[in-house]
Parts: sequence; C-alpha cells; structure tokens
Amino acid sequence: MSKIYKTAADALDGALFDGMTIAAGGFGLCGIPELSIAAIAKAGTKDLTVYSNNAGVDGFGLGVLLENRQVKKMGSSYVGENKEFMRQYLGGELELEFNPQGTLAERMRAGGAGIAGFYTKTGYGTQIGEGKEVKEFHGEKYILEEGIFADLAIVKAWKADTTGNAVFRKTACNFNLPAAMCGKICVMEVEEIVEPGELDPNHIHLPGVFVHRLVQGQHEKRIEQRTTRKKETA
Amino acid sequence: MPWTREDMAKRAAQELEDGMYVNLGIGIPTLVANHIPDGVEVTLQSENGMLGMGPFPYEGEEDPDLINAGKQTITELPHTAFFDSATSFAMIRGGKINMAILGAMEVAENGDLANWMIPGKLVKGMGGAMDLVAGVKKIVVITDHTSKSGAPKLIKECTLPLTGTGVVNRIITDLGVFDVVEGGLEIKEMAPDVTREEIYEKTEAKIVN
Repeated sequence: MSKIYKTAADALDGALFDGMTIAAGGFGLCGIPELSIAAIAKAGTKDLTVYSNNAGVDGFGLGVLLENRQVKKMGSSYVGENKEFMRQYLGGELELEFNPQGTLAERMRAGGAGIAGFYTKTGYGTQIGEGKEVKEFHGEKYILEEGIFADLAIVKAWKADTTGNAVFRKTACNFNLPAAMCGKICVMEVEEIVEPGELDPNHIHLPGVFVHRLVQGQHEKRIEQRTTRKKETA
Repeated sequence: MPWTREDMAKRAAQELEDGMYVNLGIGIPTLVANHIPDGVEVTLQSENGMLGMGPFPYEGEEDPDLINAGKQTITELPHTAFFDSATSFAMIRGGKINMAILGAMEVAENGDLANWMIPGKLVKGMGGAMDLVAGVKKIVVITDHTSKSGAPKLIKECTLPLTGTGVVNRIITDLGVFDVVEGGLEIKEMAPDVTREEIYEKTEAKIVN
C-alpha cells in the first residue's frame, strides 16, 4: 500500500475532525510542517488542541491557525514571538498549557513509545509541578508527567524513501522526530521522496513504521532571526 | 565603574573549563561565546538539537535549517552533532551538560531562580530553562544587578513564578560576582570602583560577607 499522497490536503483527508489533538514538529519556524498547516487552515478544522514547542509567528506557521480561531488550546514551551497568541491568551480566548521544553519532547516520545507517564525533576517546586504527583527517587523529588497520545502528528523531514524511512537536516530535526512518534496517524512532508535503497539504512533517523502518509512539496523555510557576520578581508 | 554587558560576558567566560559541554541562554549569555579563553575548548549545546555550535554565518550563507535556540542563524563545526529534541533534553536532564549560563528576572538568596514569566504582562514561556536548571550541574546566572527602575534583582524571596528552586550556583552582575552559599550570597569579586556599600544598598538578598 502506498504511503504517498499528491498534496498535504490529500494526505490529511479523513484524518481531521473538530476537537482533535495534533502534535506538530518544528522549533520556531525551523522545520515546521508548512504544507500540513496550510492544508488544515484551508480545511477549517476547529477546536484543536495543538502540542508544538512554539506557536508560529503572526501570519506564518501555526500563527495562521490561531488567526483563524481554529485552536482551542496550545501545549507549548515558548510562545513569545506571536502577538495574536498573546492577545487571545490574555483575553481568555485561548487555553495555554505551558510545558517545559524537555518535558514536552519527552511527553511526545513517551506517548509514541507506549509509555503513559514518567517522572522528571523538571518543574518540581514551580507552577508546573502544581497538582502533579510527586515521588522521591534517590533522595530527590520528581513530578509525574503524562505521555502525549495525539490523534494526528504533522511533521517535516528532509528526505524519506517511499516506505517513510526518513532523515532530517541539521537543526530542522528538533520536535519532528518525537512528534512523529506520538501520532495515531503521522503525516510527514518532505523535500524529496526517494526510492528504497537511496538512503543509507545506517543513517535513517526515523524508521518508516512511524510514518503513515507522505507528501513531497516546496517549503518556504522562513528565517526568524537572520544573524550574520562580516567576512574578514585579509 | 560597573561592568558592561560585554564585561559581564567576558567574566562569565572565565567560568569555562577545557572540555566542558555548555549551554548558553538567550541574551547576554549568548555573548559569552565571543570570549572563550585561549586554550580552553568547550562544546556549546543548543537545546533545539545541536552540539558544537559555530559562529554566525557569513552574509548570504544563512541556512534556515541551522539555527540556535534563540532562532538565530548559526553555523556548524567539524565536530558538530545534530539530534532531536527528546535526545537534546536527555543530555540536559541526564546531567551530561557541565554548565548552563542563563539570564534572570529575579534570583533569591537561596538560589531560587525566576526567569520565565510576569503574570498578566509577559507570557512567553520557560522554553528549556526549567529542564536546564533541573539537570545541569552548575548554573551561572548573568543579570543586571537591578531592574530598569532600580529595584534589586537579587532578593530574599522570588515574587515571580519560579523556574527552579535552589538551583543557582553563581551570579554575575554588573557590580560583581556572587556565590549562593549557606545563609545567603557571598561576594566573590567586585567590578572596578564598585564598593561594598553600593552592593549592600542595591541588594535585597542577604550578603554574608
């Protein structure tokens, strides 16, 4: 059975419903699943709970779903780049569940690995630990965090073969790998789909078993903070 | 004369030891990378999934797939490794990173740190800071000694939501270097021409010496 779909809209067909939970890859705008986000914006699916490290920027990335009022709740570690997010949140229109970045990554990984919960020191003694079970191990306090079991994962990789074995490029791997793992359905968009055998099996980052639907497309890959240095002239 | 931002970064760079794996926070901590002492080799970790962070790219060589945790374009080095976010925080929480240098909104005399939100005003999030303070062996904070309005930032008890409890080891401000010790903060160094009286006056936290 082929995993390849022509467009992100095709790949998401039948996988979207109001009130669903989505895990999205990307860090800032780096490695975000642009094509799936655009397709979900067009589909108009509502009341979404979205687990993503960030919430995009105004007008791009997940920021588009926020502007469309498609998001009911965000689970993120850092949302500082998005004015519309701040406006909706401070106005009580949007729920926000702050997750420490490592906790968010591990919650996705755990959910994808069939682990319902885990204990971490992160957040103990802070707001994040309030209401969570505390357990002592080796003389230190840990809090219980739960795995994320998402209805859908939307992720982006660099290349995948037709069976979904995928490789990421540089820091665009980030949350894409754990997010891919935790989706009941994982839609992966890539820059290039290649034939089996073209990727070195020793260098696969994410085995194809985690990937259900694949789509190839063009990515804008917007840069959030362009920082450079001058070439030294000898 | 109090230290400038660059002076503070330079002073913080003296904390680095050969062979260390180090995570630098956003803001002044990022500048520390420009002052790594000669003969000291450190590997910079960027929590978005990279060990061995290089300098900013030359103009025209920016790569959207290669950024640091502050979302700035950067470069890789010959010994760079890339990995996913779960692996990145495995090394942070797992105690493999030797030191983190972070910014602060408030630091309490017992080492509590607040640096992620001001309720009702500034809702940005903790990013990786809570994991860093929970897992990294040595936490160095760089911060102005007082806020823009002149209020002390080294205080008895944090008023803002905490990032971690009892996590800060050393604080570098524009006025000096302070260690969190039993009973309060200990002055380790003072910036040129800064007096103890000035430090006492601008510090709410208990100074033990």
